[in-house]
Amino acid sequence: MNLRSLAVCAIVFFVAGLSVASFASFREFLPGLLEGALITVEITIGGCILAVVVAVPAALAKMYAPWPLRWLAIAYIEIFRGTSALVQLFWLFFVLPHFGILLEPLSVAILALGLNVGAYGAEVVRGAVSAVGRGQWEATVALNMPRTMALRRIILPQALVAMIPPWGNLFIELLKATALVSLITISDLAFKAQQMNQITFRTLEIFTIVLVFYLAISILITVGMRTLESYAARGLARGR
Amino acid sequence: MKFWDWNYTLEILPALLKASVVTIEATILGFIIAAILGLALAIMRMSENRWISIPTAGFIEFIRSTPILIQIFFVFFVFPEFGIVLPAFVAGVLAIGVHYATYCSEVYRSGLENIPKGQWEASIALNLSPYITFRDVIIPQAIPPVVPALGNYFVALFKETPLLSAVAVLELMQTAKILGSETFRYIEPITLVGVFFLVMSLIAAWLIRRVENFLDRSLRNPGR
Repeated sequence: MNLRSLAVCAIVFFVAGLSVASFASFREFLPGLLEGALITVEITIGGCILAVVVAVPAALAKMYAPWPLRWLAIAYIEIFRGTSALVQLFWLFFVLPHFGILLEPLSVAILALGLNVGAYGAEVVRGAVSAVGRGQWEATVALNMPRTMALRRIILPQALVAMIPPWGNLFIELLKATALVSLITISDLAFKAQQMNQITFRTLEIFTIVLVFYLAISILITVGMRTLESYAARGLARGR
Repeated sequence: MKFWDWNYTLEILPALLKASVVTIEATILGFIIAAILGLALAIMRMSENRWISIPTAGFIEFIRSTPILIQIFFVFFVFPEFGIVLPAFVAGVLAIGVHYATYCSEVYRSGLENIPKGQWEASIALNLSPYITFRDVIIPQAIPPVVPALGNYFVALFKETPLLSAVAVLELMQTAKILGSETFRYIEPITLVGVFFLVMSLIAAWLIRRVENFLDRSLRNPGR
């Protein structure tokens, strides 16, 4: 779907949401929802950063590291891809304290979502790195480059461009998964929605506006990633 | 306090196994909705009538970019305002099914778009009605290549079912939470739930690979 139709959808849903909201005096619940939205954005940003930080070493370890590290990376990727995000969140929230590790709910949320999306991201990174042509590796050997230098200066910059669109999808997945953190007592957008619903009983307006909020954030992510992609691709074209 | 109590594990195992039946039911029902509605959405999105295709595309984008948890809440809490009161299980399965229908519709679309134009033209030349064309010519060619992709969404949908615990459906996660809150031992129930999901998704991934291989072979040598 192209940008223009995305923008049209956004406007249609925003106007629809607003017209629904204007029936009621939405002043009584909107500030609460905005507070929640801020927490949601915080967790999304924290989770995205952690996911990228975890995914790149995990992918490289799975591809190139000696066996103990490689098996560790494979175990990490399979465990976090094979179980539910909610189960992982509850596991970190309820089970870690038994081992004497007490984390704030917000840290647990960022940790769980970041590790979960990082496992999917590791596969994205691996796919992008292995999609770089064999000739590129052979050329670095011919130029007598050390392997780490070849990886850093030749392979990864090219893989980066192919990685950006799937990372955009993963970031949206992460945004949607942040709704789960309401179940471990964090007052994010989804939590605030339930809370405001219990106070004001404006169920239809609240949940519609919340959906529109999430849609707006995910459109922001899409637009941001498109910009990043065109920027990164321009750099590559110049280098050729 | 021991880290892992095997007696307790054995004690809670029957309750968890009973709850896993609800999880599997929800998965299968949800996927039936996703598979059927997904095909309908794909066909509507490809319609030449813009009054059908554009709203459908908007609906798909909207559902895909908002969290499934909020959609479950929406069905469970907002539908009653319009007089549609659904039990928690039905509301949850419906929301999950519709959410994944939008993902499946994209998969179907890629399958439908890969049908060569000549197939459509031949159907017109043979004077087949649009319904017959879809049923007997297009669908049988479009679906088999996308079965593995649908399988991936089947596993993904399976992993979303713990969300039903948010509207208090007594599935695996909710049962584990209740067991944990009764005894204040969360390690065993929640770890067991994690292991259950890991084992089931590994089995499912293996099955999908088998189906993929089977389809590869049967597509390469069709039994003509």
